[in-house]
Amino acid sequence: MLEIKNLSLTLEGDKGPVEILKDINLVLEDHMFYVFTGPNGGGKSSLAKVIMGIYQATTGSIVLDGVDITELGVTERARLGIGYAFQQPPRFKGLTVGELLQLAAGKGKQVKEYNLLLDVGLCPQDYIDREVDFSLSGGELKRIEIASLLARKLKLAIYDEPEAGIDLWSFSRLTETFQKINEKFDTTMILISHQERILSIADEIILIADGRIVEKGKRANIWPLIMEEVSCINCDECTEGTDEVAECYR
Amino acid sequence: MKLLNAIDKHILQTVAGMHDMPQGAYNIRKNGEGIIRNSTANIEIIPKTDKPGIDVIVKPGARGESVHIPVILTAEGLEDMVYNSFDIGAGADVLIVAGCGIHNPGDKNSRHDGIHNFIVRKGARMRYVEKHYGEGDSHGKKILNPKTVVEIEEDGYAEMELVQISGVDDTKRDTEARLYKNAHLLVTERMLTDGDQYAESKIIVELLGRDSSARIISRSVGRDNSRQIFYPVAVGMNRCRAHVQCDAIIMHQAQIRSIPEIAANHADAQLVHEAAIGKIAGEQLTKLMTMGLSESEAEETILRGFLK
Ligand SMILES: Nc1ncnc2c1ncn2[C@@H]1O[C@H](COP(=O)(O)OP(=O)(O)OP(=O)(O)O)[C@@H](O)[C@H]1O
Ligand SMILES: [Mg+2]
Repeated sequence: MLEIKNLSLTLEGDKGPVEILKDINLVLEDHMFYVFTGPNGGGKSSLAKVIMGIYQATTGSIVLDGVDITELGVTERARLGIGYAFQQPPRFKGLTVGELLQLAAGKGKQVKEYNLLLDVGLCPQDYIDREVDFSLSGGELKRIEIASLLARKLKLAIYDEPEAGIDLWSFSRLTETFQKINEKFDTTMILISHQERILSIADEIILIADGRIVEKGKRANIWPLIMEEVSCINCDECTEGTDEVAECYR
Repeated sequence: MKLLNAIDKHILQTVAGMHDMPQGAYNIRKNGEGIIRNSTANIEIIPKTDKPGIDVIVKPGARGESVHIPVILTAEGLEDMVYNSFDIGAGADVLIVAGCGIHNPGDKNSRHDGIHNFIVRKGARMRYVEKHYGEGDSHGKKILNPKTVVEIEEDGYAEMELVQISGVDDTKRDTEARLYKNAHLLVTERMLTDGDQYAESKIIVELLGRDSSARIISRSVGRDNSRQIFYPVAVGMNRCRAHVQCDAIIMHQAQIRSIPEIAANHADAQLVHEAAIGKIAGEQLTKLMTMGLSESEAEETILRGFLK
């Protein structure tokens, strides 16, 4: 179980400090499948990075299974069983897909690279020895990133827009994979997504906008909000959006 | 291997991947002398009579054979100069594993200057792997100044892997290549310097023949107070292609200069160069740390891959 209490995040931007996350309070239970959704720039990835320790919370606390991890660094949190699949994964010259998956699984641990690659819709023979460098397409890189998280036994797994750049066929395979893991393990799963299909398989949806949690609840309760009322919560102040911009009605 | 002690064996393994006497032709040079030599039906190794060194003659058409010619320096204060010539016969296909390891136990400098001449004859293929390595905790410097000259005749192909693994205090490498009609060359250079080491590498490739092509790929890591300078040059004299790529990771107080040059003397020469120097990307470190690696493990992993 992960508990986030009164958390805020202020980062140093080009024009001085920017408050990215405000007064976040959240409890995430084991074995549950959550989706973070909301408008671009709302703070979803930032919240994920604070949970992973990539950003240090400015105020507030984060507790994993009763242990306060607020002060811990990325490595320590990873070793406690938190994982994060990047929205934009970095590339590595000279590191092969197989080696990356082995690193993810841990030194000396057995890793079923073949099954992992199949789970993300990549042909193992074609990819296992390829380098995770600029020769991979965006979608391929994204799938390998997902596989690198699937390789680990985690308490909390965060996937940042896993569907982005992934073709439709693989996408349905991927949602099956996520559902399968969720059934099999106690892992708390967080998917950051804008996809209706992913929202529809979540246990709970957490709507994040403007650095705050706007709504949290069962799919059945949140879904109508997203579809009808909410559209973009900043519609009133927004100078760019108009009634014709579909984005505003995500 | 009765002439070889544990240090020798360790060096041989590091610079030439040798666990035992290799298959094929070989010549092991230790402290300025050839100590073990073996020729085969297709590859002859003959000591030079006018100066130190050997002639390696590969018969035309010899395929799938290898030559190992490692050099070991384990005495302090030794200055070893050697001239090796390689004649790769037409249509042959060989692997040459060179490499020099210095174990300097004392305070005087040890130095090996290898001058290598290659002729890759018509339609022949050669893969050349050279690893340089130094060890020993004392003050004596380990110095390696290789000079390599390669001629690739019509339809010939050469692949050269030049690696400086670690422990070499001072190096000046000089590589020259001349490519004739439809000849191809791939040079990959890997270099790691640390401490107060200094490394300088000049590579000049002249593309003389029509449809010749060359790629020079240099990857290096500079740590601590070390300094590196690279001068890769590709000169196009005919319809040809060349790509020069220098990539360096800089750390600590290291200094790296990269000065690639491309020169076209023919309107159909297509020459490209790229050079980049930068720190390890923070995102890469973070990504590996999210998989449970410590910062230093992540750094090692990134550097190992980069220099592979
Ligand atoms: N390192 C940073 N420095 C300054 N501002 C930042 C930084 N990281 C994020 N931000 C800002 O914080 C806000 C939230 O960004 P975040 O990436 O969390 O949004 P998101 O909800 O994941 O959006 P998207 O749906 O586009 O991925 C944005 O306005 C972004 O510009
Ligand atoms: Mg995001």
